[in-house]
Amino acid sequence: MNDKIFRTILYLAACLMPVVCGGIVYALVTDAFEAFNHFGFLNFLTSSEWSYTDGTERYGALPFITGTLLTTLLALVFCIPFSLPVALFVGEYFKGTRIAEVLSTITSLLAGIPSIIYGLWGFYTLRPIVMSLNISPQGSGILTASLVLAIMIVPYAASLSAEFVKMVPDDLKEGAYSLGATRAEMVRKVIFPVAGSGIFSSYILAIGRALGETMTVTMLIGNTNQMPGSITETGNSMASIIANQFGEADGLRLSSLIAIGLVLFLITAIINLIGKYLIKRARIV
Amino acid sequence: MQKKKLSQRLFIDRLVKGVVCVLAALTAVPLIAIIGEVLWKGYDQLSWSFFTEPTPTAYKAMMATAAGEPIPGGIANGIVGTVIMLGMAVVIAVPIGILCGVYLAEHSKSRFAKTVSYLTDLLQGTPSVIIGIITYIWVVVPMKGYSAIAGSVALFIMMLPLIVRSTEETMKILPASLKEAGLALGGNNARVILKVQLPAAFGGIFTGVLLAVSRVIGETAPLMFTALGCSMIRFSIDKPISAVPLLIWEFFNDPNLQSLIWGASLFLLLFVLFLNLTAKKIANKWNS
Repeated sequence: MNDKIFRTILYLAACLMPVVCGGIVYALVTDAFEAFNHFGFLNFLTSSEWSYTDGTERYGALPFITGTLLTTLLALVFCIPFSLPVALFVGEYFKGTRIAEVLSTITSLLAGIPSIIYGLWGFYTLRPIVMSLNISPQGSGILTASLVLAIMIVPYAASLSAEFVKMVPDDLKEGAYSLGATRAEMVRKVIFPVAGSGIFSSYILAIGRALGETMTVTMLIGNTNQMPGSITETGNSMASIIANQFGEADGLRLSSLIAIGLVLFLITAIINLIGKYLIKRARIV
Repeated sequence: MQKKKLSQRLFIDRLVKGVVCVLAALTAVPLIAIIGEVLWKGYDQLSWSFFTEPTPTAYKAMMATAAGEPIPGGIANGIVGTVIMLGMAVVIAVPIGILCGVYLAEHSKSRFAKTVSYLTDLLQGTPSVIIGIITYIWVVVPMKGYSAIAGSVALFIMMLPLIVRSTEETMKILPASLKEAGLALGGNNARVILKVQLPAAFGGIFTGVLLAVSRVIGETAPLMFTALGCSMIRFSIDKPISAVPLLIWEFFNDPNLQSLIWGASLFLLLFVLFLNLTAKKIANKWNS
């Protein structure tokens, strides 16, 4: 095959990526323009009203931004006590053994389960438990959604941080041992400082996952459009309001939903780019 | 710093190890609980007719429930839709993704390649619901209707960055001597890539494709605004079509069809887990 033709084909294939990404931004911005133009950009982001009675339509994104941030943060809080031990288990305590391999297979399978099945499990198993513990009367809400979300992001955070724990050089560890440190002390004084930035960045990427998770949250958050008063109350996230209302919306409401989509896209893009940047930097050290 | 006794330090050491083991083992609980629940509730729904018949209407399901019979019908419309949309997406995404990945591996230092690489990350991290919106704007609005084409475009956009990444990474870890040997034998760059490097990278790329398929096969949100769903078995690509995850969502929202949820979920779950395990196996075989 002619080298020049092949080179051109490769180049064209690579050009598709900027075209798709540019197209995404262009389409979101042009279709969201109506909403931003009508309500004003800042006003749209800070208004907490969402009513679609004809004539007095008012749309604001604040309840959904709050819902997304709350579910994501809570999911992160619930995820750390499990993903960190998994990372230490796979990357340090049982490094290279069969049982570590089994555990990492389990976590990777956990990552493969479709989000709609997580949603079903949360709805039919976890929700009754939340109800029976008298945490909230209807069972669904921000807390329930973030619990399931936490399980969903454990694999991402754990597998990446395990890689960084594994990369801690043996001579540093041996240095700590030779000074008389126990293993737990070595983990605290050597592994955490050395692998810390890598572990941190893997949590940033896990946040990026949780922000955009749609079906699970839609099935569990309760889908109410007011500002959530507490974490046991129902609410809506940016992804779930889109999933719920996009099919039936038109005109200004459709544009408002797309505007929410644009905001979500920007937030996840920024978080992901920060995460990737930190990971690249952590790998070099 | 306060001095601790040795016995105390050893106790803390053992305690930390114990806590790590217990918490790590606890992460297996959700996996077992989810698989267990879906298996337990879904296994008796799987039958021949479940895979060959389309979804019943709510009325039919209601009559069957009232008569005390199991709900007739199955998820054949969803399976056909998933196969059609996924098939089209794979056929387009695999060659383009591989070519793009090869480009990134070849020109890893150039500025353009770095930008493309960043954009690949960006696309990979984009929430699936936004891919749905985009495909709606790009395909559904101009075509004036939901269609299988729109659904497969959404799946294509989701698969593309995954395939690009796995191709790029596999190509980069191939030994440089492989390429040099090919060039030394007089092959030009294109020939060496097509006949030497890509075949050598086949295992990694194939694993990447399997994982990409298993990631998008359960996607629901992007299909809701693109393929919409349909209760008949349909083979035309310009009309609304169903998919297995879409059916699960439909069953979830329709009280009359709720008992079909678990059979459909079991089918989807087993398929996804099978793909994942196969991919892992191939990857292990290729690495050793």
